[in-house]
Amino acid sequence: MQKQLPDRTQTPFNDEQYRNFQQLATTAAPEQLAWLAGFLTAWSGSAAALPVGGGGASDITILVGSQTGNGEKLAEQTLKLAASRGLRASVKKMGDYKLPQLKTEKNLLVIVSTHGEGDPPDNTKELHGFLFSKRAPALKDTHYAVLGLGDSSYEFFCKMGQDFDRRLEELGATRMVPRVDCDVDYEGPAEAWMDAVLAKLATRVEAAPVASGMAFSAAPAASTYSRKHPFPAVVLENLCLNGRGSAKETRHVELSLEGSGLTYEPGDALGIYPTNAPDVVESLLVALRFAGGEPVTVEGRETSIYDALFRQMEATIITRPVLQKYAALARNPKLDELLDEQHKKALTDYLHGRELIDMVTDFPAELSPQAFVDCLRKLPPRLYSIASSLKQHPDEVHLTVATVRYNSHGRDRKGVCSTFLSDRIGEYTTVPVYVDHNSNFKLPADPSRPVIMVGPGTGIAPFRAFVEEREAVGATGKNWLFFGDQHFMTDFLYQAEWLKYLKSGVLTRMNVAFSRDQQEKVYVQQRMLEHGADLYAWLQDGAHFYVCGDEKRMAHDVHNALLAIVAKEGGLGAEQAEEYVKNLQKEKRYQRDVY
Amino acid sequence: MSDVTPEELKKRVEVERIKDASNYLRGTLVKSLNDPLTGALADSDTQLSKFHGIYQQDDRDLRDERRRQKLEPHYQFMARIRVPGGVCTPDQWLQVDRIANTWCNRTIRLTTRQAYQFHGIIKRDLKRTIAEVNAALLDTIAACGDVNRNVMCNVNPEQSRLHEEVFEYTRRISEHLTPRTTAYHEIWLDKELVATSEKKDEEPIYGKHYLPRKFKTAVAIPPSNDVDIYANDLGFIAIAENGRLTGFNITVGGGMGMTHGEPETYPRLADVIGYCPKEKTLQVAEEIVKIQRDFGDRTNRKHARFKYTIDDRGVEWFKFELNKRLGWVMEAPRPFTFEDSGDRYGWVEGINDTWHFTIFIQNGRVLDTDDYPMMTGLREIAKVHAGDFRLTPNQNLIIGRVSSKQKPVIDALLKKYKLSGSIHQSGLRLNSMACVAFPTCALAMAESERYLPSLLTKIEAIMKEAGLEHDPIVIRMTGCPNGCARPFLGEIAFVGKGPGKYNLYLGAGFHGERLNKMYRENIGEEQILAELTPIIHRYAKEREKGEKFGDFVVRTGYVKAVLAGKEFHI
Repeated sequence: MQKQLPDRTQTPFNDEQYRNFQQLATTAAPEQLAWLAGFLTAWSGSAAALPVGGGGASDITILVGSQTGNGEKLAEQTLKLAASRGLRASVKKMGDYKLPQLKTEKNLLVIVSTHGEGDPPDNTKELHGFLFSKRAPALKDTHYAVLGLGDSSYEFFCKMGQDFDRRLEELGATRMVPRVDCDVDYEGPAEAWMDAVLAKLATRVEAAPVASGMAFSAAPAASTYSRKHPFPAVVLENLCLNGRGSAKETRHVELSLEGSGLTYEPGDALGIYPTNAPDVVESLLVALRFAGGEPVTVEGRETSIYDALFRQMEATIITRPVLQKYAALARNPKLDELLDEQHKKALTDYLHGRELIDMVTDFPAELSPQAFVDCLRKLPPRLYSIASSLKQHPDEVHLTVATVRYNSHGRDRKGVCSTFLSDRIGEYTTVPVYVDHNSNFKLPADPSRPVIMVGPGTGIAPFRAFVEEREAVGATGKNWLFFGDQHFMTDFLYQAEWLKYLKSGVLTRMNVAFSRDQQEKVYVQQRMLEHGADLYAWLQDGAHFYVCGDEKRMAHDVHNALLAIVAKEGGLGAEQAEEYVKNLQKEKRYQRDVY
Repeated sequence: MSDVTPEELKKRVEVERIKDASNYLRGTLVKSLNDPLTGALADSDTQLSKFHGIYQQDDRDLRDERRRQKLEPHYQFMARIRVPGGVCTPDQWLQVDRIANTWCNRTIRLTTRQAYQFHGIIKRDLKRTIAEVNAALLDTIAACGDVNRNVMCNVNPEQSRLHEEVFEYTRRISEHLTPRTTAYHEIWLDKELVATSEKKDEEPIYGKHYLPRKFKTAVAIPPSNDVDIYANDLGFIAIAENGRLTGFNITVGGGMGMTHGEPETYPRLADVIGYCPKEKTLQVAEEIVKIQRDFGDRTNRKHARFKYTIDDRGVEWFKFELNKRLGWVMEAPRPFTFEDSGDRYGWVEGINDTWHFTIFIQNGRVLDTDDYPMMTGLREIAKVHAGDFRLTPNQNLIIGRVSSKQKPVIDALLKKYKLSGSIHQSGLRLNSMACVAFPTCALAMAESERYLPSLLTKIEAIMKEAGLEHDPIVIRMTGCPNGCARPFLGEIAFVGKGPGKYNLYLGAGFHGERLNKMYRENIGEEQILAELTPIIHRYAKEREKGEKFGDFVVRTGYVKAVLAGKEFHI
């Protein structure tokens, strides 16, 4: 690695320290540097809870609420940037935050994500409720800034960020910089927000005499691969898990991480950069009367319109910003009317089940390839819960992916990444990937704790990783798995493995619900209720309760089933049951990975 | 029969211990049936379910595919329905047809022992299927397992009066040898016959360990040996005077099954040991079963059939033991003559102005295909037919007891659904049988039912060339050497050795009186045809008048005549 070391004046070191630093940095082997980087990250991470830069109280609180861990990563990044500028900051998770402390905050940076239908992340509901209650304190002395995370393909894009921003203002706090709403391609906008807010803070807060330059962010990461720089993973296995005759298509994909240095833990996700389906791109080109070879510029680089649509831009999902940009060029009265605030419902109805191809055929416009590309958002990576344990599959990562195919408004649709995996890659081709760590979905640190897992459909994925991990580490805690799908005969994902684990005792018990094997549909929550007494006893024994899978239809029902069980078996009223479950969440004994 | 000591039990095979612990065939079947995580039964219950007429199988075509998909095998069940003597009502046919199309793979398999077989039942439908079978006044108990199986009887449409009487004995033998355990009713029909009270299950004939191995009984009416009487553990050959039944010649110790590469296992034809007057029929049947119960080898399943019990000790020993138990001495056998073992296809006239039509059903498989709506046709016939349906021991079907008035109606339906055309086949095909084998049978080493038809087409071409198109030759195929299609009684027979490979046997007697002998080992189709072609041509040229193919190959020295089971491998 022939990299230039920073000049001493750019570092926080004195002469002697600089010499030591120089010697170590230039003589250490790459693996030693990698170890050191990992060590320093952990070192700085453990220090992060403490005020940075001297013994005084921190001046800046970075309050983060996120489900997938992206928010936490951005909070850490903000913290390090602040430290490099000599600003004393600390990161607090909304779930752990002491509510009375809010009125003492001087400088409050809020990073919050939005889920499903404008819902707060699981561990932030309490703070969110408090903030919007009558008990919320006046915040006249607080300066704040909000970074919202979301996905513009959802109707209530970044609603949580907007809520916090508005409410803090209502409570009298002063907004330092305008809120930034990040889409799935969040890195650029988030960094811009950090720069703006830290610049503002530097004028308000006295900097500690510690650092200049990029002390921490300059440290090389353990793996050189990341979201920005994905690893080309070789496909080792790619097969359909559903038996013949199934209505479902669930794929088991095994990828090689060999040589990447990437590691993960059960509960983490894998990000994949797909390409769009060629037929989707072709039909867009035809509808727009583009030949395909026309040059366009994307992020400063020239490419063809075909390639931009194939590789770089989202070519299916319509988001509001896309529609707005397109409308500005299309000058179509009907489209303008649809976008009018008064027709919100009509717009939602229109967007349901429609894609870019519908937009360009329903509202034809004369526009250049470049103008069209400029309307679009970047093709974001897709995240999948990892279905394997590294301890059982060294250098491999396994995924469980439901292939999405349906017909709407007269067109056959297909999920971008799921059909990329099922139709457009073969064995021994490569897929660009990165590991997305999720600290909010983790096995108990204590391996003797019992674990209850509810994972119907592809929700089973992380639990395959969990059970593999529990076996690999010889965890003594009991394991209880709930699974459901359509048909026993064809859709019992990883059945042979579960039977093996039940036989060996790694899996203590398993309950299944196959919805379409009988007249009445049966789901996992019914199985939970049938075994409510046992389930409650497990919770009383300290069990951790995990849910993964569909949010709208499943996780909601499972949550209600959990409340019902706690109320019934614990002899608790509705409110006390709520309290019991909230407490589980607080203790991180109730974790969800839902989508 | 008293309990055995733990030491004795320890010496016996695993299945014996499973029976011992099963509480009269209950085992943990109920728990197995209710386990939603697997489509299989517990291992020990797969042994016990056989006594209830149920075999656990899986679709072997899908085995590898599902293993890669991390799914367990495509488990499914075969249920065998007992039909003593093969006679049932049109209404029962309709029920069997309905059950096959509701819970099974939309086919009915007629077996070589005159039973129905359902395939492809999945575990959660099993109880309901069995209940519906029983609602149709049929059952599956003892259709498999180490007990007396379905009792066969000649279908004999010509001698209807004698048949009626013999059939009545068949029914009584079957009933008498049916296990008495109430487990069947309890598990499948929710009938708690043994309450918590002091009443307990008893098996006066079998005892709690049942028999050491399966036990097969058949009843023949000369001159037809369609039941292959010599292939059965216990046989009754009807002896009549002036068309009225007087009694039976008794045969013992027949059986087909053997194991490749183990010459101490062999097929054996039964010995005719004597004559019993008809009044003593049930006593004789019971005592013979009890001898096998007491002397059969329970330490080795491959040596547990009745044929070895007899061969190990000699027929004279057996007769002595039997007479001792009967308390009277059996007479010498009466004279009788068998002429063939096949079916009489087409219309045959019976007595009292009744008619019978025998339909050729290839390998016993009843199903609809695009160009042959066999299953639909039989259903339509069953709806209007007032007589009976008879399953033949050659896997064919007789529309029985059709009045001359109804005959045109049935005949029209037979034509409409192409059933009457089924009998216009080569003599070879009309005398062919194959067992089920792939994809459902766990024992199959090679294809059988799915392969024999196409192989026959190729042999038919040779036969035609030799001018033997209409000559009957008994030809049989099985996927393994256990003998479901009684291959060792084929004039030509193929026994599966591995995928696409068969042992070729030649020279059995045309009416089942002589075993065949291995002629070539482990050969594929090309070599099968190459071996058979010159023999068939020579048979066409050199056979003596009326000489059967099996006799010809023995006379001309292709194979030696096998006169006793012990000589089969020599």
